[in-house]
Amino acid sequence: MREALNLERRKALKAGAGFGLLSALLSVGLISPQQARAAVNKGAFDAKTLDETYKALGVSAPAVSDQVVINASDIAENGAVVPIGIKSNLPNTQMVALLVERNPNPLSASYNLTEAAVPEVTMRVKMGQTSNVIALVKADGKFYTATKEIKITLGGCGG
Amino acid sequence: MGSPMKIRASLSGETADVKVLMRHDMETGQRKDASGAVIPAWYIQEVTVALNGKAVVTAEWGAAVSKDPYLALKVKGAKSGDAVSVTWVDNKGDTRTDETKIA
Amino acid sequence: MRHLLALLAGCVLASAAMAARAQDKSGDEVAKYREMLADGNPADLVELRGEELWKAKRGPKNASLEQCDLGLGPGVVDGAYAQLPKYFPDSKKVMDLEARLVYCMTTLQGFTEAEVTKAWFTKPGKEADMEALVTFVGARSNGKPINVANRHPQEAAMAKMGEYIFYRRAGPQDFSCAICHANDNKRIRLQELGNLTTKEGAGTAMKSFPAYRVSQGNVWSMQRRLIDCMRQARWPEPKYLSDAVIALEVYLQGKANGTVMQTPGIKR
Ligand code: HEC
Repeated sequence: MREALNLERRKALKAGAGFGLLSALLSVGLISPQQARAAVNKGAFDAKTLDETYKALGVSAPAVSDQVVINASDIAENGAVVPIGIKSNLPNTQMVALLVERNPNPLSASYNLTEAAVPEVTMRVKMGQTSNVIALVKADGKFYTATKEIKITLGGCGG
Repeated sequence: MGSPMKIRASLSGETADVKVLMRHDMETGQRKDASGAVIPAWYIQEVTVALNGKAVVTAEWGAAVSKDPYLALKVKGAKSGDAVSVTWVDNKGDTRTDETKIA
Repeated sequence: MRHLLALLAGCVLASAAMAARAQDKSGDEVAKYREMLADGNPADLVELRGEELWKAKRGPKNASLEQCDLGLGPGVVDGAYAQLPKYFPDSKKVMDLEARLVYCMTTLQGFTEAEVTKAWFTKPGKEADMEALVTFVGARSNGKPINVANRHPQEAAMAKMGEYIFYRRAGPQDFSCAICHANDNKRIRLQELGNLTTKEGAGTAMKSFPAYRVSQGNVWSMQRRLIDCMRQARWPEPKYLSDAVIALEVYLQGKANGTVMQTPGIKR
């Protein structure tokens, strides 16, 4: 049993080469190979438009859902630090991701959630300009979104 | 190795409120220094939050996450004395793990 | 007044239409933004770094700052910031926290003054040690009321000088601090400028410094805040730790007396 597990881990370790953290975690048994494989395709972070990002993530026509909630102020004083919270009220939420439509690469962050996680995360991101932000949620294998516009006010006038 | 994180974990019922501040410049690779040279991208790519050694959330970040990243999330089935650990790895392979006990 | 408007016109006009229409709603949203930032203030990391620096053996004398006397006796950090600036018999000067830290870094650790004041504020890629130390010491006064008694003659003289500077008009634009900071409900863009001549206004400012400045992405000490305001007033920029700056601090801390400290604050 022990042997088999170790073998599994070593295989995953090889497969995960280049994924520093994931392989490290695999090797100490922090996460299972299953979770490692569920990791988001790196290409999604390089995508330059929403459509490209969705494609890279394997998302097609996500449904708008009022069960996905974005918690953020309408105005951010400094685009370098924009606090944004995402909450999903959908059963069996497996992943939440944040996309900023007008950033050079819309995908900012994605979170794989185990059953022990409440589907609610808050983070801070950079926004180059006023833009829609999109919360993308995967629940029970299906994708849902919510959108909110955030205005960036910081101009060149110091103080 | 990176500088220490600040992790706060407080309990409400059986849910732990976890708030983390990490020390990292999160360079996008799009900024230039005073001499006009591009400052290379340097940012955290992977974050894992674990309860008593078991991963609860694994995150992947792009360079758009702000400098000195903040992350707040909630973990179910937690109790006082449990260990919450956070690990990050950046695109240069630097990594750091910090841990706190739930108050 | 006319000068002020002329100077700020470029900035104000851009947002004036929006501001007039939706000032209160905007104010709420800005408040929500700052609230979200305050929970996990990025400056908390600076405070941690400051504590490490305070305890680290450094300098030619390989000593820590733990025996530094911030006014309440060697090594007492709790409550020290709330009672500064104050007169120190050893240096025979009224010193604020930063001046005192420089004194301790030279006397205890053996650094030269030039060494420790050269990079006193953060520049891209180089975080200032001074900022971190100030953030650490400031936070150790949280929950304590500002208590600057100005009993020593030199303290009283500095308070007077601070008041004089505050109201004095000078520079190419004939500005004073009072022009921007002695009215209720004055705003620049969406920025509320507190009335620093009242306990409430001065208290709001003084209790929250050192503060994380959202627009700058780092911590500002009161020295930095005041030196930058002098720049805004188009005055010649004073030297770091100069008596003019410390005098203004003595004056403003005195106005804020009794206000409970809560740092690091969050500012635009
Ligand atoms: C041209 C207008 C102007 C002048 C003149 C000016 N300031 Fe300021 N001051 C500002 C602005 C703008 C801010 C930033 C307000 C903020 O960030 O909330 C500020 C902030 C401050 C603060 C911090 C307030 C707070 O609540 O955080 C203090 C203290 C202060 N100024 C003192 C002074 C002093 C002393 C002088 C004279 C040397 C002065 N200012 C001159 C515009 C001015």
